[in-house]
Parts: sequence; structure tokens; C-alpha cells
Amino acid sequence: MKNKIILSALLLFFTFCFVVLYKGLNNSNIYVPETKSEKTLIKFNSTDLYSGNKISSDQIFVGSEYYVLNIWASWCVPCREEHPKLIKLSKNKSIKLIGLNYRDNSKNAKRFINEFGDPYFMIIKDSKGIISVDLGAIGVPETFIINKDKKIIKRFLGSLSEKSLNEINLITK
Amino acid sequence: MKLSTFLLIILITFNFTNLSSEENNDKIKNKISKNIRCLICQGQSVYDSQSDFAVSIKLIIDKKLNEGLNENEIYDFLKKQYGEWISYDPEFNKKTFILWILPILLFVIGGAIILRKFIVQKL
Repeated sequence: MKNKIILSALLLFFTFCFVVLYKGLNNSNIYVPETKSEKTLIKFNSTDLYSGNKISSDQIFVGSEYYVLNIWASWCVPCREEHPKLIKLSKNKSIKLIGLNYRDNSKNAKRFINEFGDPYFMIIKDSKGIISVDLGAIGVPETFIINKDKKIIKRFLGSLSEKSLNEINLITK
Repeated sequence: MKLSTFLLIILITFNFTNLSSEENNDKIKNKISKNIRCLICQGQSVYDSQSDFAVSIKLIIDKKLNEGLNENEIYDFLKKQYGEWISYDPEFNKKTFILWILPILLFVIGGAIILRKFIVQKL
């Protein structure tokens, strides 16, 4: 009788483990960062791409209801693809579009803007990629919507699509 | 002469202290970067990878060490930014408890069965 109880308990335990681990097999092992959580924007210091002046995040994120922070680089191919959409987005007057130039050469970044147009209200530099890590970004391009309370309310990984543009316009309406 | 010797000794000692603290920081930096997953690479740690993401993470580990943060505080910072997945050393929580407990349970149960058989055979 005692043996039967032990055996049943063991069987139950291993069935439980099997079910949990088997279910785990179906989970994706590709990293997908959280895109919906509201994180407060960290304070950082950077330099303006054109003037070379030092600027703090408190000076950048001021005077607007919403801010869209786009991480980009001249060497990034998807950024070229994304650029016309950013130009379109720049027509949305309720947002301030900030460009964060990631691990790039200033000369190349300026050439890129001259060639494809400047959708940004301001471009700041992240030469070492430290600001991007502080933001929790994993690569370029990546876009964050920030509200006036300096909370990241949404992030888009990779190049912006038409659908993401509509979503941004809807959120910032 | 004596003063110059004394100053020389002070200078050398100070330099060596600096060097050993830098070496120590490098060791911790390497240890942390080996335990941190490169999120955009396949099966590589930040230490092994030369991707832009990995280089940025290495720089931030360096920066945090220079700011005086210890190893655990740096892990906590990275986990806060990127989630538990970034660490190769999973914490004990409701999602990982089976992973931690199962081997110990198997060891204990297996050991008990073997011991029981051994005692029964002896008797």
C-alpha cells in the first residue's frame, strides 16, 4: 500500500515535470524584448550632431506631448529603407522626432541626412552605444514613443512599417 | 638621496596598486561579459562577440565598474534593461524552479532507491 502511494506520487510528479518541460519546448528561443511596458526614460547626456554642443535629456525632452526617439546609423541598411517613413512621420505636428545616431561617423551621418532628407527635430550622438544600452535597445533601427512624463510607452524593433506609422499617429493623436 | 628613494618607492607602489585595480576590473569585466548573452548573436556570449551590441555592453560594463558598481549590481542593471534572458545564470524563481529542483530530487530519489536495495540485499 505504502509503495503504491510512493509510486503514484512519483508518477504524478514526473508527469507534471514532463508536461511543463514539453510545453517549454514550444516556446520560442529567440529573444523578444518587452515592447509594451512603461519604463521611465533614463537621464543621459549627449552631443548635437551638427552643433557639437553638449545637451542633456532634460533639455531634449521638453515642450511636447509626445516624443519619438529613433535610433539610426548611416551604415545600417534597414535605416535607409525606414527613412522615407520617418520623413512622413515628421509631418505629424504633435510629436518631436529625435534621432539618436548610433555608433556612427559624424561625417557619414551628415552625408546620409543630406542624401535622404532630415526628418528629425534634433539629432544627438551615441558614439559608443551606451545611451542605447541605457534605453534597453538591442540594435538599429529601433524607435521609442515617449510621453510628456518621460515614460517610454511603446517601442518598435527594426524598421518602421506603415502599420507602425499608423499606430504612432493613433497613439500621438 | 633617502628622500628620493622614499619617493621612488611610493611612486612604484602607487603605480602597482593602480595596475592591480585595473587588472581586477578587467577580470570582473571578462567574467561578467562571459555570463551575459549577446542578444543579437547565435549562441555567443558578449565576451565572444564583436557585434555592435556586444561592444556597447562591454563598454557599459566598464563604465559601471568605474562608477563603483559591483558585479551583482551590474547583472541587476542588465537584467532590468533586457530581462532575465540576458544572463546565462538563471535565477531561482517560479519559472525556473523545476530546472533547479529536478536534478536534486532525481539525485535524492535515485540515491534512496539504491540505498534501499543495498540495505535489503545486506539483510
